[in-house]
Amino acid sequence: MSGITIQPVAEPRASRILGIGGYRPSRVITNAEVIEQIDSSDEWIRTRSGIESRRWATDEETVVSMSLAAAGKALADAGVQPAQLDCVIVSTVTHLYQTPSAAAEIAHKLGTNQAAAFDISAACAGFCYGLSLASDMVRAGTAGHVLVIGVERLSDLTDQTDRSTAFLFADGAGAAVVGPAASPDDGGIGPVVWGSDGEHLDLIRQREDWRDALHNEAGPAMPHLVMQGNQVFRWASYEMAKAAQQALDAAGVTVDDLDVFVPHQANMRITDAMARQLKLPERVAIARDIATQGNTSAASIPLAIERMLETGEAQSGDFALIIGFGAGLVYAAQVIRIP
Amino acid sequence: MASTEEIREGLAEIVNEITGVPAEDVQLDKSFTDDLDIDSLSMVEVVVAAEEKFGVKIPDEEVKNLATVGDAVTFIEKAGS
Repeated sequence: MSGITIQPVAEPRASRILGIGGYRPSRVITNAEVIEQIDSSDEWIRTRSGIESRRWATDEETVVSMSLAAAGKALADAGVQPAQLDCVIVSTVTHLYQTPSAAAEIAHKLGTNQAAAFDISAACAGFCYGLSLASDMVRAGTAGHVLVIGVERLSDLTDQTDRSTAFLFADGAGAAVVGPAASPDDGGIGPVVWGSDGEHLDLIRQREDWRDALHNEAGPAMPHLVMQGNQVFRWASYEMAKAAQQALDAAGVTVDDLDVFVPHQANMRITDAMARQLKLPERVAIARDIATQGNTSAASIPLAIERMLETGEAQSGDFALIIGFGAGLVYAAQVIRIP
Repeated sequence: MASTEEIREGLAEIVNEITGVPAEDVQLDKSFTDDLDIDSLSMVEVVVAAEEKFGVKIPDEEVKNLATVGDAVTFIEKAGS
């Protein structure tokens, strides 16, 4: 034999997001409810994070069920049938099965034609990581349509007595359908600027692994997420503003061309500091979904985009800068067109 | 090297820009938390801006020792000399 047969890519093609959808869990948790277990106040939480309330899932609102709801909306928004999906990518850190993946179950329950399916672990950058993979698959011809889901039940891994995280983390799902653009000039997903910085893996992490959590002297307990808030704030506000600027540069877009800024909804203060660093003009709409949704990690960007479309702050065709950043540390940023 | 007063003025400008506290309130004897009502996140922003402006490095473990404007000015003077 002479080698592996490589299928040439028929036509150079661009990718874009065709539809977006989210699922917000039914339990609205107020600051008053959160501070029953921590030494804090409604005012402290609002000024430090911008969070007024958050959504936590009920037992019935699982990683898979929330994903199916978000995916159904995204597919309807895109006008794409489940059978047209060639791949399902799910980003989550709270699907509490090591295996099988949430993606395989979701691909089946959605009614795809046995689409390829896998989970990724990129914490709060997960949606942007998944979007980058999906975009490359579509551009290379590996897949026609790809479903990207960011989903979390962070409440499962939140220590409700930890005053630095109990008010912050929340649950939800967001999904996007990625497919080919109508023409190569009509692309809607810019080059990704991404990376990792494992030197700072301690800044946000699961405190102990499952084995230690199960063999805890005080009895088995869920592992919890811990965070060094001020250091994360510094990294996110400054280093991530630089990465966001690089994503603009890579896409050939300036802040003056931009319509919408959707950073991972980590903390309103981070969003504000990044917007200041980027010197965004006042006309750029800034995602502030965190106020009533909390920090939903991989789900936060699609949920925030969905909300902005509903309120009219974002319009189909707008240029949006999105950036995810979180535990790892990892980050990824792109310029996209709002579907 | 900038004088003590120049550093205080520079710091006052930064504090004003980030928190809206009037620059003239940012005097050496003022406590960042108690007098100027600057919380830990705003303090991070002040520190980063001060590092850029004065070309110094203020390590995280040092920030908690900077209780007053005077503490910060002294630290910047020493770090810059």
